[in-house]
Amino acid sequence: MSLTKTDKALIAAIWAKVSTQADSIGTEALERLFVSYPQTKTYFPHFDLHHGSAQLRGHGSKVIGAIGDAVKDIDNLESSLSKLSELHAYILRVDPVNFKLLSHTILVTIAAHFPAEFTAEAHAAWDKFLTKVSAILTEKYR
Amino acid sequence: MVNWTAEEKQAISTIWAKIDIEEVGAGALSRLLVVYPWTQRYFSNFGNLSSPQAIEGNPRVRNHGKKVLTSFGEAVKNLDNVKATFDKLSELHSDKLHVDPQNFRLLGDNLIIVLAATMGKDFTPEAQAAWQKLVGVVASALSRKYH
Repeated sequence: MSLTKTDKALIAAIWAKVSTQADSIGTEALERLFVSYPQTKTYFPHFDLHHGSAQLRGHGSKVIGAIGDAVKDIDNLESSLSKLSELHAYILRVDPVNFKLLSHTILVTIAAHFPAEFTAEAHAAWDKFLTKVSAILTEKYR
Repeated sequence: MVNWTAEEKQAISTIWAKIDIEEVGAGALSRLLVVYPWTQRYFSNFGNLSSPQAIEGNPRVRNHGKKVLTSFGEAVKNLDNVKATFDKLSELHSDKLHVDPQNFRLLGDNLIIVLAATMGKDFTPEAQAAWQKLVGVVASALSRKYH
């Protein structure tokens, strides 16, 4: 499943909106993850995960920042995500099933904030994009 | 039997009361067909599904989306007995429609995305969690009679 020119345009257009509130969107996506899928909290025993926590905000910002970097380098995802891929494979070792869950809560957050722009085609493009990012991040697991 | 907290029941019924079943149902089904085009395999007699615009404008998709979400409403009305409520529908999807149960999960997640788009901020993380639980329960109930 590869990204077409149209997909890339849609991905960039949505990113342009997301980037205006990147940190709060990243934070909200994580919050939704922890509330809907409490098992994901097991990766953050060292964090205060309450609404409004500085750590939650910091991590949300980090995650969305990485996604933004991926958007900017969309023709080169394998190499631009290479370090993060190693991090997830050797250090973090987040079970692959969780990438789908976070991708879903990112899409839900985007839909909630930008319903007019988040058309079915934009949704399809972002679903493909996040699937590709997830695949790259789990590529070195074994 | 599923255990629902009072807050979960309220999040479900409050949101259900606010939404336009036809709009949300049509939206969720058309997104399924656009975002996961292989799901079109179950709708070969629906006419023109050749583009996102065709899908979104297709009256059969719209009607079917309304039908599906209306049926979903039976779960909302019978939260304490979802399994029995979908007994017959489960058999239908297995024996007559031959639908892979994975599609119930895909449609459920799409419904949640449409709810988020429809309700914005009001679709809080807690409301989403209640609805994720509901779509999971419905998917499970619809899968139960497969053999």
